[in-house]
Amino acid sequence: MTTELDTLAPPRPSATIRSATATGRRVTARAALRRVGELAQQPTLVIAWAIVLVVIGWAIAPSLFTSYGPYDGDPAASFAPPSAEHWFGTDRLGRDLFARSVYGARTTLTATLLAILIAFGVGTLIGLIAGFAKGTVDTAIMRVIDVFLAIPGLLLAMVVVSVLGYSTHNIALAVGISSIASFARVMRAEVFTVLTQDYVKAAYGLGVSRLGVLARHVVPNSLSSVIALAALEVGAAVLAVASLGFLGYGAPPPQPEWGLLVAEGRDYVAVHPWTSILPGAALAVVVIAAHRISTSFRKGQRR
Amino acid sequence: MTETAPDDSTAAADPLLRISDITIEYRTGRRRWTPAVRGVSLHVEPGEFVSLVGESGSGKTTLVQGALGLLPAAARIRAGTIAYSGVDVTGWNDRRLALVRGNYVGFIPQDPNTALNPVKKIGQQVIEAVRFNQPRSNKAAQYREAALSSLRTAGLTDPERVFQQYPHELSGGMKQRALIAIALAGQPKIIIADEPTSALDVTVQKVILDHLIRLQDDLGIGILLVTHDLGVALDRSDRLLVMRDGEVVEQGPVRQVLTQPANDYTRRLLDAAPARHHGRLEPATGVRTVAADAPVALRAHALTKTYQLRGRRPHRELRALDAADLLVRAGTTHAIVGESGAGKSTLASILVGFTTADHGTVQVGDRELTSLRHTQLRELRRDLQFVFQNPFTSLDPRFPVSRIIAEPLHAFRLLPGKQQRRARVVELLRSVALDESYLDRLPSQLSGGQRQRVAIARALALNPRILVLDEAVSALDVSVQAQILQLLVDLQAELGLSYVFVTHDLGVVRLIADDVTVMQDGVVVETGEVEQVFHAPQHAYTRQLLAAMPGTRLAADAR
Amino acid sequence: MLRYIALKVGRALFVVWAAFTLTFVLLFVLPANPVDLLFDPAEINTVPPEVREQVAANYGFNKPVSLQYLDRLGHALVGDFGNSVQSGRPVTTAILGVLPSTLVLAAGALVLALLIAFVIALVATATRHTWVRNLVEALPSAAVSVPVFLSGILILQVFSFRLGWFPAFGDDGLASLVLPLITLAIPVAGPIAQLLVRSFGTEFHSGYVTTSWAKGATRGRIIIGDVFRNASLPALTIAGITFGNLIAGSVITETVFARRGIGRMTQNAINTLDVPLVQGIVVLVAVSFALINLIVDLIYPLLDPRLRATLAAPGAPAA
Repeated sequence: MTTELDTLAPPRPSATIRSATATGRRVTARAALRRVGELAQQPTLVIAWAIVLVVIGWAIAPSLFTSYGPYDGDPAASFAPPSAEHWFGTDRLGRDLFARSVYGARTTLTATLLAILIAFGVGTLIGLIAGFAKGTVDTAIMRVIDVFLAIPGLLLAMVVVSVLGYSTHNIALAVGISSIASFARVMRAEVFTVLTQDYVKAAYGLGVSRLGVLARHVVPNSLSSVIALAALEVGAAVLAVASLGFLGYGAPPPQPEWGLLVAEGRDYVAVHPWTSILPGAALAVVVIAAHRISTSFRKGQRR
Repeated sequence: MTETAPDDSTAAADPLLRISDITIEYRTGRRRWTPAVRGVSLHVEPGEFVSLVGESGSGKTTLVQGALGLLPAAARIRAGTIAYSGVDVTGWNDRRLALVRGNYVGFIPQDPNTALNPVKKIGQQVIEAVRFNQPRSNKAAQYREAALSSLRTAGLTDPERVFQQYPHELSGGMKQRALIAIALAGQPKIIIADEPTSALDVTVQKVILDHLIRLQDDLGIGILLVTHDLGVALDRSDRLLVMRDGEVVEQGPVRQVLTQPANDYTRRLLDAAPARHHGRLEPATGVRTVAADAPVALRAHALTKTYQLRGRRPHRELRALDAADLLVRAGTTHAIVGESGAGKSTLASILVGFTTADHGTVQVGDRELTSLRHTQLRELRRDLQFVFQNPFTSLDPRFPVSRIIAEPLHAFRLLPGKQQRRARVVELLRSVALDESYLDRLPSQLSGGQRQRVAIARALALNPRILVLDEAVSALDVSVQAQILQLLVDLQAELGLSYVFVTHDLGVVRLIADDVTVMQDGVVVETGEVEQVFHAPQHAYTRQLLAAMPGTRLAADAR
Repeated sequence: MLRYIALKVGRALFVVWAAFTLTFVLLFVLPANPVDLLFDPAEINTVPPEVREQVAANYGFNKPVSLQYLDRLGHALVGDFGNSVQSGRPVTTAILGVLPSTLVLAAGALVLALLIAFVIALVATATRHTWVRNLVEALPSAAVSVPVFLSGILILQVFSFRLGWFPAFGDDGLASLVLPLITLAIPVAGPIAQLLVRSFGTEFHSGYVTTSWAKGATRGRIIIGDVFRNASLPALTIAGITFGNLIAGSVITETVFARRGIGRMTQNAINTLDVPLVQGIVVLVAVSFALINLIVDLIYPLLDPRLRATLAAPGAPAA
């Protein structure tokens, strides 16, 4: 009967005989090329990626980016203004502020990464359970989430740090805990949306078990939104970590950490403005870059 | 040229609207533009009803947006002119075009459910339309009077009441009338209607279209109707244009297009229109015969489903289904037809076990579905499969075609060998007239018709005996719809399938069904063989539905 | 309607109760030796055991946890969170003492932030030039990216140290309020502006706007008459987030500008581990948050006729 049906088939591209796998590979290769092409059309996105990659480089191998050490002070050169020698100037003890910023990236970014992993892992799981279980379980989980949303993230993080003690790891933990709620909420909403899709209903109709539907359809399709949120939260988490550092809840003073660097310079800002402003500006640029990248994630997802 | 709206007294010889050789393109890259409309010309004379027919992607909506100066930011007019009564408005800015829109040309949009501002009362929205077009005049009371009279002209029987209501308090048909009132409020010379009835039920569609004709006669205005439905266009227009891929492929008076279509595509469209056929489609293998005493494949008895409406006091109930019976003979197609809210989708969803009924029973063969436990229900799935209305949402966007079709095999652990499973998937693909080159494609790389073929292939994977198809061809263009219907008929002949075919379209019922059940407000009003129900309808509602079917002229021509 | 109100009020009360319980667990149960928190860490080893016993008895730490909890909850219900460890004054008095100064700052910053956000959204929607839109749309994301402590220091540097227009620190008079107000308004405006730009954009391309164009309306009339109200409603949904931003922002702003207020008091309370004061502040914040969300939930139906209909009238067609 196929022969008769062929007359009814929609018009096809001429080269249908090509092996299926080759077509598949060609499609992905073309898609990758198109992505690169799109990237080239968005110069700001390219710059944002460059910034983020450089800063990750700072965190991994700081000594490649600066010849000064973060603790090497030269009392004779205290409060030197920015110059070719000291890009960000020096502080009260004559330490190179660019070097301190480069080395500070590791502290701040590690804490950020840890915080996002905690929030993403726990939040997504909670949201998945709430969204998939529905009913009483969902209501109970959401009421608890409400409570966490009712206490502003920074305040909650401050309380958590005060109980756990001051350190960068505890800051990461505190920021992570205070961001769990928003991940849980987004994941739950996503799961709800996916569950109403016809293809989920279809899978049940085809005899796929509940767990099968969850693993094959619900989780993969709802994760994409949460990943876009994670990209967005990276910026927010860097800010939160730095803010807590600025308030003095993070690493103790000689250590370089972005928020702490700004706080240390604050007392001299009237006379030597660079001490605070340049490390702070580096921080702001990184967060702006992270935001730019997360926007491109969200746009790509909508397409 | 002064900034005044076109004046027909100085240009009596010119048509109300003349579009000349227009090309509209969309930006598709940094310096790339892709044309959506190519060199199209059309004109509408006073008192003339012109229809513009095309399937999705033909560029008909873009053309209308261009004519009204409402193109999205990513589109531009590359060449050609638009003139209202001889006044060339091409390239006018928004402020000058505002003097033409409403005043000179009225617009009836596609979806009445989104086309009204949800937070403003209807009255205010109509008054605005009056006020924008008579800026220097008079007092609030006069605006109000004009708005009320406009609502009355649009066919609303109780304009005072509607005046005080919000959009969400009105039915779809009433909203569309309110929008007609808005279009009329500026006293335009021509009305452009973009698919004004595609979101509405067929009986409401008839009333609205009849009213447009009356306006054309009473007020002497010109009408340009944009539609995908050839039957609708042929029934009511004086002249017809057919668009395809951004070009006009056919135009002329209705009779001429109907009897001597010059273009091959027009001929295909005419042939694909359900109204053109007055019998059931025959399978490609030859004429099919159904024994009168065919065994019963599926029987539903006294199915009732009530939904509690939440957050209301006192609690209200919605009876979606009220003691519905259904009997499907093996190897036949049983259509369930009705308008929105008839309960036909609820019925379908109970048949396959997505929804549980409050009362009543469903029997598949000799097993009773309604009393089955979860695991038994799952076993029954092998006999009873479902095809959804919208092929754009029923396939997981992340799965390639091969995985989609293999999913039921995977779920039941059939054909565990990789080679065997792949062979079966290819076999299924071929049975829906696709080949293995589609195996690795994602749903987003397929057309609507191809997706629906994949969905059907998936439903066939377990060798079911019954397929429940919920509006399975409604989301498709007419020509694709015809292909899918033919495919279904062929598959039925080859595999001996029984179909439960839910649809709102009586034309499709005639093409594919042996028996039909007509539903209204959750109740079965009539059931019987298609020939019998169509030729001698017993119930008033069935007669009303049949009368509202578009395509009278098409059907008359076919006889 | 009454059911709706009761539900929302119940939810608000639950949030406040749960916030109290959460802080109780965090501050009074989790620490191994809560009494130690009541002393200055430097002096902790010099405190004689009798004194510790005495203090523990005063604070009720020698009683079972459940009794302590009920005792504290009972007092909290009448507004008594105990005495501040640091100053010895009742927590409620201490909070009420600095509350007005923060309220003025937060309210002013909120008004300014709304103004900025609406201007950004209106300009982005109204402009016909793509580059203007792109520029304006980049502002909100910059606003949420620049840390408050940095913008505070920058503003301080330019307008106070360089230009000398405003006093740098302190809290006397209007002039000293200007710089903190701007500093706090920027991060608060960011998310609101992002939301508004998006919703103005969506609404501007919706079906009823096409209808209005076809009526013969001009761009300005459409934005003001049709889009504005529909697009502004969603801003209410992030009232809670806005509130959180105001609180977090005021902690930093008050620290940078050395102003009296809840924010600075919070920082001090955390630094000195003034447990009762911390709990009092957290509960106050939770109460405010719950109250704000309750108000939003209650006025939303008044602004959106669709929601009003589903809540009130039996007989509306929407199901």
